[in-house]
Amino acid sequence: MEIIPKLPVAEWIDNATEWTTDTFEFLFDFIKQDFGDFIEFFAEDLLMAIPIWLFIAVIAVLAFFVSGKRFGLVAFSVIGLWFISNQGLWEELMNTFTLVIFASLISVIIGVPFGIWMAKSKTVQTILTPVLDFMQTMPAFVYLIPAVAFFSIGMVPGVFASVIFATPPTVRFTNLGIRQVSKELIEASDSFGTTGAQKLFKVQLPMAKTTIMAGINQTVMLSLSMVVIASMIGAKGLGQTVITGLQRADVGTGFVAGLGIVILAIIIDRFTQNLNTQKGQ
Amino acid sequence: MPVIKVDKLSKIFGKNAKQATKMLDQGLSKEEILKKTGNTVGVNRASFEVEAGEIFVIMGLSGSGKSTLVRLINRLIEPTEGSVMIDGEDLAKMNKQDLRKVRREKLSMVFQKFALFPHRTIIQNAEFGLEVQGIDKTEREKRAKESLEMVGLGEYMNQYPSQLSGGMQQRVGLARALANDPEVLLMDEAFSALDPLIRKEMQDELLELQESMKKTILFITHDLDEALRIGDRIALMKDGKIVQIGTPEEILVNPANDYVEKFVEDVDRSKVLEAQHIMKRPETVDIEKHGPRAALERMRKEGLSSIYVVDRKRKLYGYVTADDVSAAAKQEKKDLRDILHTDVPKAEMHTSMHEIFDMIHDSPVPIAVVEEDKLKGIIVRGAVIAALAGSEVSINGDHS
Repeated sequence: MEIIPKLPVAEWIDNATEWTTDTFEFLFDFIKQDFGDFIEFFAEDLLMAIPIWLFIAVIAVLAFFVSGKRFGLVAFSVIGLWFISNQGLWEELMNTFTLVIFASLISVIIGVPFGIWMAKSKTVQTILTPVLDFMQTMPAFVYLIPAVAFFSIGMVPGVFASVIFATPPTVRFTNLGIRQVSKELIEASDSFGTTGAQKLFKVQLPMAKTTIMAGINQTVMLSLSMVVIASMIGAKGLGQTVITGLQRADVGTGFVAGLGIVILAIIIDRFTQNLNTQKGQ
Repeated sequence: MPVIKVDKLSKIFGKNAKQATKMLDQGLSKEEILKKTGNTVGVNRASFEVEAGEIFVIMGLSGSGKSTLVRLINRLIEPTEGSVMIDGEDLAKMNKQDLRKVRREKLSMVFQKFALFPHRTIIQNAEFGLEVQGIDKTEREKRAKESLEMVGLGEYMNQYPSQLSGGMQQRVGLARALANDPEVLLMDEAFSALDPLIRKEMQDELLELQESMKKTILFITHDLDEALRIGDRIALMKDGKIVQIGTPEEILVNPANDYVEKFVEDVDRSKVLEAQHIMKRPETVDIEKHGPRAALERMRKEGLSSIYVVDRKRKLYGYVTADDVSAAAKQEKKDLRDILHTDVPKAEMHTSMHEIFDMIHDSPVPIAVVEEDKLKGIIVRGAVIAALAGSEVSINGDHS
């Protein structure tokens, strides 16, 4: 009983993707080429140029200050990073680190303004909320397909897919943080004749900072969780080693690379969290 | 010209506000309008004027619309109808830029829960209004500092609000509002969140500050005692409507309707207090010992315009006035008896405040409280009002 024939949704999306790819080819090519080169330069030439011992030392010093002059995080960072280099995964680590940094940065650069917009307008909030739900619940693998269509394979589509997956928490938390600022403080600000921008930068954003930072922390963690998935479309890094292990049924290699991701995750998480508690009081 | 002139100002919350405004004009009550249109009447055609340098108190219970009214005046809430003239400019019809300018330069607000910015230090809080105006850093720091020193917080400039007690936080709120040097100060239940002793202290301090700064102050409160204590004039609100406007005395003596009367009833201390509770130690001169010169000297020292005359046993003879005494002194007279007024307004120790109220109204001199012809104390007008307003009654206090 088919009153309504099967709707060609898949075809529509195919067409839309194809149209986008063709129309914005110049843009995608530019991003693929120049941005791709830049990422490569950052990972291979910049980070890899730093001697491993120096890199670990710098992280240790940062960890010391970030964690409020205690040694737990320092010890963990030093041992963890040493272990990764000991396993011969340093280059992979640097690639993964690069992917996470770029994906998070872009997510934050996109996410915070959207969050602000959402907080300022009820309509925008109504529209964006389901979009964000969609972005987060859609299986992350699905993003790989248009990513490949737009940017072929490599780091760039990996960053692209990660950004889609990891942006929502920053948007949500920015929105939440701004909306949570108490009505009386907003009134106080208005009563002194602030413009919209003054209110935003002098009152709302500083007050929402802690919440926004929590969102950014989530974003960083999510983009890290995309590392393995992104490596399926050729993003270099620890994820690729995991995939190789999977393909060869090599438990040991896969596990060690996985452990590397966990170590990186913990270090990044503690860093961002401590930054937050320290400044937000 | 009044600094603030509010005319038929209304606020109706909800849709179809226009329809509801018409109903207001037809004289329907708040409940009827809520029933018919689903709209809530916040403020119902309030009209009043506040003169320069006056403390005008708007008082009402919660839900009476007083907080809405004060927010209509600086347009934190958009009025539905009516006008708010500040220095002859109608705020209700202003565009955004002009409104911002008025808010920056003429109006400042102090909030019930202080509304300090927790991420800014005390001085940064006090600077806020100046910073918003784009005044350069050295200048605004200087002005914020002066303002903080005025409220006695010069030492705490680099602390954060959370490190200060409630009373101190509200001082910062006051300093922040004053740093702009506004013409009008809007105080929304500014002292209500403070505990009673601190509240009283702040009230006194506000009055003291007002002596020198002479701002036009619109003060919102739900506390009648507070209203009577600090208000030059009081407007009583009920269901969004102003029920009565008058001086504290007028409101106490001639309540406009049952509502006001009921309100005032609770504070009708005149029924419980007696002369002995509110009298103070009198300044006197001794009829046998002192002549006009001594009396004049005493009066000048104490800042009195009249003084009671007694003998060694404190038996009351009458009073002399400053004018008579100085004339007598010039004529080199020696005795006070020649210029003595004997028509003394007298009360017994147990005379009720109610009666005293009637007496003191037309009396040019303080009332003498006597017991067996001996002068026990005097009652000045300020003490009567202060007692009615609920300030602590002290027998030898120095009300003046």
